[in-house]
Amino acid sequence: MKLDGIEKKTSPFVWGIMIVLPFLFFFVSLFLGRYMIAPGDVAKILLDQIPGVNIKPTWETTAETVVLRVRFPRAVMAALVGAGLSMSGAAFQGMFQNPLVSPYVLGVSAGASFGAALGLLMSWPIWIVQIVAFIFGIIAVAITYSMAHLYKTTPILMLVLSGMVVSAFFQAMVSFIKFAADDEDKLPAITFWLMGSIGKVGLEDLAHSAIPMIIAMAVLYAIRWRLNVLSMGEREAESLGVNTERIKVIVIITTTLISSMTVSLCGIIGWVGQVIPHFCRMIVGPNHKALIPATIFVGATYIIIIDNLCRLVSITEIPIGILTSVVGAPVFAYLLRKTKGGWT
Amino acid sequence: MIIETEKLNFSYTKGGRQILKDINLSLGEGEVMSILGPNGAGKSTLLNCIATLLMPDSGIVRLCGKDTREMKPKEVASILSYVPQNHVPAFSYTVFNFVLMGRAPKVGMFERPKDEDFAIVEKTLEEIGLTELKDKPYTEISGGERQQATIARAMVAQPKAILFDEPTAHLDYGNQLKTLRIIKSLKEKGYAIIITTHNPDHAIMLGGTTAILDREGRLTVGKSEEIIAEERLRQVYGTELSLIHMDEVDRDVCVPPNL
Repeated sequence: MKLDGIEKKTSPFVWGIMIVLPFLFFFVSLFLGRYMIAPGDVAKILLDQIPGVNIKPTWETTAETVVLRVRFPRAVMAALVGAGLSMSGAAFQGMFQNPLVSPYVLGVSAGASFGAALGLLMSWPIWIVQIVAFIFGIIAVAITYSMAHLYKTTPILMLVLSGMVVSAFFQAMVSFIKFAADDEDKLPAITFWLMGSIGKVGLEDLAHSAIPMIIAMAVLYAIRWRLNVLSMGEREAESLGVNTERIKVIVIITTTLISSMTVSLCGIIGWVGQVIPHFCRMIVGPNHKALIPATIFVGATYIIIIDNLCRLVSITEIPIGILTSVVGAPVFAYLLRKTKGGWT
Repeated sequence: MIIETEKLNFSYTKGGRQILKDINLSLGEGEVMSILGPNGAGKSTLLNCIATLLMPDSGIVRLCGKDTREMKPKEVASILSYVPQNHVPAFSYTVFNFVLMGRAPKVGMFERPKDEDFAIVEKTLEEIGLTELKDKPYTEISGGERQQATIARAMVAQPKAILFDEPTAHLDYGNQLKTLRIIKSLKEKGYAIIITTHNPDHAIMLGGTTAILDREGRLTVGKSEEIIAEERLRQVYGTELSLIHMDEVDRDVCVPPNL
């Protein structure tokens, strides 16, 4: 008798690989770079940080600074962004019963872009720009939600359509700001910011963003079986005793927190939330009980790898939003062909 | 009484057509009620009101004597299961996982089904004859099998009542009969059952009570053999038809005229 209730019998071996890969690439991204550090030294630097452990330094202090202050926060952020966006994508796809939906569908990215563009236009300090971007991401989703709210419920179709309207509005506002911005220095700043980069993330950013992101992800993780029921459609989920409105609000709040945080710190990183859940469904099947954990590991691995490519491929860093789309679009096309449009 | 409604009124928009008008019905253990009525009369609306998926304008629905306005969705779902019209979901869950979703009222928001839930699903699949298909994607089985899986999903919540919204729609002749047989056996197990149907023969075969919902939103309820009369059916469906007693099966059959 099979009692685990997981669709595809994903072998422990495959799960093992999925779990190990993000840690492996995390470690690789600490020593790889223009300033090469021996893997052994990286390991020692990390061990040295554990309270009570004292290792005689065999490395230069620069190495320690690079590993701990530059590469470590960046790699952690990459992992959080990858896991967060992929999880959010999977949750939204379940909730909207549509595997093409991205975490940005309710207008969070457009709203946050507007906030950031506004902040950059006004030459506010970068931390204020981030906060304004974060707040506008949330405002955009709040507008979408209240527009879609009818007679005590929020029909899924209304949410999608309101999200389109709100996105279009904030995108127009971004264009307006770009149009008004001085084209010597502010316009490029806004343009580059929107293309996305994890490079700006320092330890301080990580300190105040990691915990809320992890909490939001933990909540999504905890309700993952409910997502199965929700993906049957609202009416049906309700008839199965699920308080669909409450679940919807939980999913929207958590995903908005994750995506708004991501966009405000790293700009727009597209396609992750579509490609990774789809890819994971091919490996572990559609059951969210297995899918959500899979998206965490695969998503984290994916963005860590992509971010390393951004740093290493050319002399100047490539904005991550470009690479995720350049890689994501063809991969998605391939996945579509392979699954023949069936969302296995 | 397991299901009871008192003066149920419903309209979709304020001042719009009244779909349900002062509906009173009650159903006890092991009783079956077939709801007949023309297209668009509001049969599904009535089921949705009973299942508390729609809020009536006025009136009360009681489940096991308790006012549903004071019940949480979970409580409602653990007394009453709903078998909606078949549809193909966006994701291809296995039959097992599809049926498992019926356990949702018993599984906490932040929890996952446990061994006990799995065992109940296994047992129900066995009972309804779907064990061999349990690992198949729900999207890839036949319409009749999907119907049975949906019934199994309703059963695993271990409710007292099951509502069926046109359970025979989109099924071939053989599967229609199979579904009716399952419904009859559920009735004999003690479930209170309400089905909506477009086929008077189904109501006759199931026996029990029949309720006819007309376009004015009124419900006429009574014993099936009394309610199903030629004149009434002619009015409901706006067509000639005859009820003929067939000795071979010892019941009335509804026969349409030639075209």
